[in-house]
Amino acid sequence: MTLLQVRDLVKHYHAGGLFRAPAPPVRAVQGVSFDIGPGETLALVGESGCGKSSVGRTVLRLQEPTAGSATFEGIDLFALDRVALRKMRRRMQIIFQDPYSSLNPRMTVGGAIAEGMEIHRLATGKEVGRRVGALLEEVGLDPGYGTRYPHEFSGGQRQRIGIARALAVEPSFIVCDEPVSALDVSVQAQVLNLLADLQRDRGLSYLFIAHDLAVVRQIAHRVAVMYLGRIVEEGPTEALLRAPRHPYTVALLSAVPEPDPERQRARIVLGGDLPSPSHPPPGCPFHPRCFHPLRSERCRAEEPTLRPVGTTLAACHYAETTPSPEMAAAAVSPAAPEG
Amino acid sequence: MSPFGDALTRAWRDPRGRAGALILAAVTLGAMIGPHLLPDPLAQPCVLTCRDLGPSLEHPFGTDDLSRDVLARVATGGRISLGVALLAVALSVTLGAVTGLVAGYLGGAVDTMLMRLVDAALAIPRLFLLLLVLAVWEQVPVLVLVLLIGATGWFGTGRLVRGEVLRLREEAYVRAAEALGASRRRIIFRHLLPNTAGPLLVAATLGVGDVILLEAGLSFLGLGVQPPTPSWGGMILDAKAVLVAAPWAGIFPGLAIVITVLAANLFGDALRDAVDPRGA
Amino acid sequence: MTQALQVENLRVSFPTGDGGRVYPVDGVSFTLDRGRTLALVGESGCGKSLTSLALLRLIPSPGRIEDGSTIRLGDTDVLSLRGEALRKIRGRRIGMVFQDPMTSLNPVFTAGDQIAEGVRAHFDVSRAEARRRALMLLQEVGIPDPLARLDAYPHQLSGGMRQRVMIAIALSAEPEILVADEPTTALDVTVQAQILEVLDRLRERHGMAVLLITHDLGIVAGRADRVAVMYAGQIVEEAPTERLFASPSHPYTQGLFASIPRITGPIGRLSPIGGSVPAPGAWPGGCRFRPRCPKAFEKSETMPPLLPVGFDHRMRCWLAERERA
Repeated sequence: MTLLQVRDLVKHYHAGGLFRAPAPPVRAVQGVSFDIGPGETLALVGESGCGKSSVGRTVLRLQEPTAGSATFEGIDLFALDRVALRKMRRRMQIIFQDPYSSLNPRMTVGGAIAEGMEIHRLATGKEVGRRVGALLEEVGLDPGYGTRYPHEFSGGQRQRIGIARALAVEPSFIVCDEPVSALDVSVQAQVLNLLADLQRDRGLSYLFIAHDLAVVRQIAHRVAVMYLGRIVEEGPTEALLRAPRHPYTVALLSAVPEPDPERQRARIVLGGDLPSPSHPPPGCPFHPRCFHPLRSERCRAEEPTLRPVGTTLAACHYAETTPSPEMAAAAVSPAAPEG
Repeated sequence: MSPFGDALTRAWRDPRGRAGALILAAVTLGAMIGPHLLPDPLAQPCVLTCRDLGPSLEHPFGTDDLSRDVLARVATGGRISLGVALLAVALSVTLGAVTGLVAGYLGGAVDTMLMRLVDAALAIPRLFLLLLVLAVWEQVPVLVLVLLIGATGWFGTGRLVRGEVLRLREEAYVRAAEALGASRRRIIFRHLLPNTAGPLLVAATLGVGDVILLEAGLSFLGLGVQPPTPSWGGMILDAKAVLVAAPWAGIFPGLAIVITVLAANLFGDALRDAVDPRGA
Repeated sequence: MTQALQVENLRVSFPTGDGGRVYPVDGVSFTLDRGRTLALVGESGCGKSLTSLALLRLIPSPGRIEDGSTIRLGDTDVLSLRGEALRKIRGRRIGMVFQDPMTSLNPVFTAGDQIAEGVRAHFDVSRAEARRRALMLLQEVGIPDPLARLDAYPHQLSGGMRQRVMIAIALSAEPEILVADEPTTALDVTVQAQILEVLDRLRERHGMAVLLITHDLGIVAGRADRVAVMYAGQIVEEAPTERLFASPSHPYTQGLFASIPRITGPIGRLSPIGGSVPAPGAWPGGCRFRPRCPKAFEKSETMPPLLPVGFDHRMRCWLAERERA
């Protein structure tokens, strides 16, 4: 029984308006599909410009999709009218990356946490205060902190307050948009533990958006790797990390710094730069930078679809023979980027 | 301590801010209480014998050519001038804030329409517009004057607020409110407005100084506050005739204007510094 | 002479609102060797960035470097320099690469202009010659299509390219020492790998000493020869990289390692360090890590000095007296 089913999600941003010349749209999301079950975490991983944040926001309809569908608890999210959508918002929430802008500086922390309860009329009077205190405690903060203002808290504490705010409306699904990227290492660990505990205690599902594969490994059951608006590989976390099949995943994995001088892996250093999402290359989006020895004309002509390869799904014509970093590093660096 | 109280405290700590605030407080106090303690500004107790007397113990600011006590007139005139300024600024700030919030948050056609309106309005020099209207409409009541000044002074604030809102709209906490299901009204009044309060307050404080000068100028031209209601600009107009014989009749209202506007600007500057580095 | 830079007992102070002073950098000492990389590791608030600014005397007022600090560049006493002499070492002998390439480049000048400006600030050459050198520098930092990039504006360049331009600017004066303050934090992981590669290559080619400031232990493992860990304004552990990773000894360092998620090896629940980093005004007496330390004991109430805990390995912890390796 899936909680969330996303099919062929497309999101384009159009620059230019009434008085400006039309520019090519930014194709942030180009046909993304995935499922998330109850109590499960799917990580959406990729570098800047891959579209992962757009996926998160569009799924929650914080932005209108260009095409595609999202079905949550059996309900078609994109067909809801404003009133029904507002009711639905209780069930799906979001926590943000930047702890310094995710809280209204002019609102008390208690006010921020209580806002969801007010909007959805979940509690009144004294009950509100009691629930706010309980939520603060649940995220590991002193229940008396409700009267303070955000600037009195550290980054890690603000993230916890943001989590409490999301929990206040009792959602079953939370989009975590890079929730620990801006935090120090030890604080990051605290928040990751908190998220894991909450998932266990409340049966939450997460769409965990991140760029750090090591963090993802800590919290996700499944991982989907994105590049230029498409999912290029998807599978169970350990399987994907142990035996990646798409060349981009291999490169990404090899670039993750290993905190152990004895175990420095061979690194694939990708040539060229990320193409602009408004001018994606034809065919396979990764082909201009791909180091696969079998890279061919087919890669430029035909966009590969996600298909099962080994233990994961990969979108590559030659995924069966993707070299490991050691083999790839031994080869010469790729030809100059095209397109 | 709320971030707002924080800014006010910091403005107070700044010596310029403190000086400005104290002077403004003193002027306001004088304007409110003064007329009760002082002789009737319209009174002409000793016509002919009391004209054009220099400053003395009995008349600290002297008397004008109609034997009226200048100090009393300055105090009462202060009521009018300050009152006009505060009310007009309140009107401007409200109009500007509402327009800016709506245009900035709703965007699209609403935004375009409102901003074209603002652009058009800003193309017409405010002073000329006021002169035109007031020259035609003689003997304008003070309340109408307030409305006119207020209604012509909100465009800059509107643009300012809209700019702030465009920036604030992208902040994560606004997205979070949307994700919680907040209505547009709630977002505008609970999240956007409080965070534009800082720049708004600064604009308001500096605006008070502007309006005092504007009203004084209009009254000096005979187009603003009409006699016998005293106003600082009007007093200077009256004093024009006897400037050589009784300069104090013009100096004191002039000083009142200068000091008040300076104080407003000092406090406004300190407030701006206090609000800015904090970051909305 | 292998020592390029020597820092001893560096203290930086800032005034608090009510007349007192705090010391966000409180007695830091280290040396930089030619051709080697020293990594200064720590979390936010530990004072590492201020330390790097102090080397160039760029501490923003009202902060200041306290008396008793020593910074020696070769045989030059940096702290006694004034005016023109000070300006001469900035860039020319010590170069700096800042964290955020988005805001560190001037948006209204082209990349080529900014690099050439760096060249002409330190060498008396013609515009044409400066431009030629700028092109060479762009090639050296590995920017693709450098001739075109010379005339590009920062907003036309990606994050990775901007950071390379920053490195080119830092190198334009051929400094002996390069200070890189979190050079890859704002960049994607694949770009990060590229930039670190560039820094390494340049270090070897020019024999520079590199001070790498970061919070990412992963970067340190691959690129640094020595590591110094900072906490609350002090260095709490320092050792050659292999040693530090093989046997982290200070409880804070151990805590850091326990809280890093790993890409390989067993997964378990992370063990974060309890509590949070204290602000400079609120440091506890005695060992500053004491309130969060699982191994604190009575002696922790006195501030420990840096004590040896192995060959070429020191830590600021009384436990060193027990574990003489």
